[in-house]
Amino acid sequence: MNTDTLSLNLGPQHPSTHGVLRVVLELDGETVIDARPDIGFLHRGIEKLAEHRTYHQIIVLTDRLDYLAALSNNLAYVLTVEKLMDLEVPRRARYVRAALAELQRIASHLFWLGTHAHDLGAMTPLFYALREREALMDIFENLSGSRLTPSFLRVGGLAADIDERFVESVRNFTDTFQGRVDEYETLLTQNPIWRSRTKGVGVLDAGQCIRLGISGPMLRSAGVPLDLRKTQPYSCYDEFHFEIPTGKAGDVYDRYLVRIREMRESARIARQAVDGLPEGPWTAAGSPPVFPAKEDLKHNITAVIRHFGLVMEGMKPPPGEVYHAVESPRGELGFYLVSDGGPYPVRLKVRPPSFVNLQGLVKMVRGRLLADVVAVIGAVDIVLAEVDR
Amino acid sequence: MTTTDILWGVLRIVLIFSAVMGLVAYMTLMERRFLGFFQLRLGPNRVGPGGLLQPIADGIKLLFKEDMTVSHANRFWFRLAPAIALVSVLACFAVVPASPSIVVADIPVAVLYLLALSSLGVYGILLAGWSSNNKYSLLGGLRAAAQLISYEIPLALSIVGVLILAGSMSLVGIVKAQEGLWFVVKQPLGFLLFLVCVSAETNRTPFDLLECENELVAGYQTEYSSMKFGLFYMAEYAHILLASCLVSLFFLGGWNGPLLPAPLWLLGKVFFVFALFIWVRATFPRVRYDQLMGFSWKVLLPLAFVNLMVTAALTVALS
Repeated sequence: MNTDTLSLNLGPQHPSTHGVLRVVLELDGETVIDARPDIGFLHRGIEKLAEHRTYHQIIVLTDRLDYLAALSNNLAYVLTVEKLMDLEVPRRARYVRAALAELQRIASHLFWLGTHAHDLGAMTPLFYALREREALMDIFENLSGSRLTPSFLRVGGLAADIDERFVESVRNFTDTFQGRVDEYETLLTQNPIWRSRTKGVGVLDAGQCIRLGISGPMLRSAGVPLDLRKTQPYSCYDEFHFEIPTGKAGDVYDRYLVRIREMRESARIARQAVDGLPEGPWTAAGSPPVFPAKEDLKHNITAVIRHFGLVMEGMKPPPGEVYHAVESPRGELGFYLVSDGGPYPVRLKVRPPSFVNLQGLVKMVRGRLLADVVAVIGAVDIVLAEVDR
Repeated sequence: MTTTDILWGVLRIVLIFSAVMGLVAYMTLMERRFLGFFQLRLGPNRVGPGGLLQPIADGIKLLFKEDMTVSHANRFWFRLAPAIALVSVLACFAVVPASPSIVVADIPVAVLYLLALSSLGVYGILLAGWSSNNKYSLLGGLRAAAQLISYEIPLALSIVGVLILAGSMSLVGIVKAQEGLWFVVKQPLGFLLFLVCVSAETNRTPFDLLECENELVAGYQTEYSSMKFGLFYMAEYAHILLASCLVSLFFLGGWNGPLLPAPLWLLGKVFFVFALFIWVRATFPRVRYDQLMGFSWKVLLPLAFVNLMVTAALTVALS
């Protein structure tokens, strides 16, 4: 019998493509014969915009890359600029940055967990996960006045010092968080339907992941313990005790387990960071490219001039090229900066983990069912703002 | 048949129809409130005291929505489909008794009638999916056809055990046979099978594949709006009400119970079964289409046969 295939347009306005991903599927019945992802619906030209902004102004652009993990983007960017300028950041600032990055990782993974579970038909974990994420959003809001786009990090340190309230709220959060993760696991980990939906679905083994350049939880779920926090420690990560969770099968279920365990580890790191918080300055205020301290501005004319220069002209890093990457919730998030010594970067290139991880999509869904496409897209954990930039 | 008989019959139909539709409306509210409590939120509580007027507000809203028919739809079937879906379910309530006397028609082949009419509902869904001329709707409709037919068989087989024990196909007769001991005790496997099959028949989570929003946007309902959508919605909840009634009547002793009047007992049991469905919905993810079919043919069907054989053998041996 001669049968035609059905081409189905999944997205860009589809409930499960997590933003504006469009995938054109060739279906034979419900089996996917081919898939063609189509991206670019959320392209805002952030890399080009950065060429007309001072190094300080670019921080707010990075917020808008991966909007579920804005502080990780901030961190990756300021670390890159600091590397370009060879700037030493005070330990207190580095500890706070690590704590914030880990809280942001938890927030991002919580949102992933909720939406991923909802994609597979489990409604309730979404609400549980958002409850904890809300607590984190409150912490960010108290700190920076903004929930989604904190822009709290600065070249050379932080935007402001943290207060006792922040430390207290992080402690409260980490005290209860492990129990809350147990709740999610009760609903999902051993659930036979959940296992049957995720086990053996969307398998990418370690070799395939490495060839595609996939990083982050997807790579670790295939058994490769690569985590930039361990292999190239930044921001004092070498001073914290934590483990790198890995999986074996490289399927959707193992990605779920890896992310769940990562949340637990992140809570441990954040706790260690606030407990061992060093006293001292929170920004390298003495260095030329960093804003001088507020009280200096009232008494010190050179500080005022430097501040004026930084605001009106921006900092001028030495000419050169630099790449720096951090472990964002989605994988290796890197910034590549080219400077010609002027106040604007000549080129800013982002290495977005979502974009690279998405390359495995077609391989994972070919020959699977339509329902698996949704599971696989969810398990890649893409943020289209980061894919399209 | 005298005029009084006919009038009395019409009156009973009107009364039972109003009761059913009223219950259906408030089941939507109950589901939303209960799901809210499961999910750390309140659910609709703004319209009227405790949200009690919410179903009425929803009805008015649906009536005043623009009734769109997409231009590429097959208009005749597109309009007929929601009616088929609702009518086939409502007709089933004709044989569902609320007490030995409160029933539109206590016919001796009520169970057959129920199976026949409730499976007509699939035509509504299939036609809706096909006539919308939308790929998502079509996939939803196809899933519906496959799923409902697959689950019809174990569903029917799981009731046969009850029929053997009761020796009657009339729902009143089945409930009378449970005075003293409910069939859930004698037919535990049949009870579980029936529960699973009806949740698949009524498209409840974890079997809500026909309209699962995460894959098929809204399945067969995608192109429907206004009261046409409302009819599907009512049909769905009427189906759930029917399923809850049947579980109570077949296995939980129907209106049997001490002290309280019969309809109240039945209502309490229906409430309990429906709460169970909501609980399941709040807890489980959705199964995949192929797993769903495999589960019906490879697990439920053999189990239903085993249940039937054991029941028959024991009945013969004990008599």
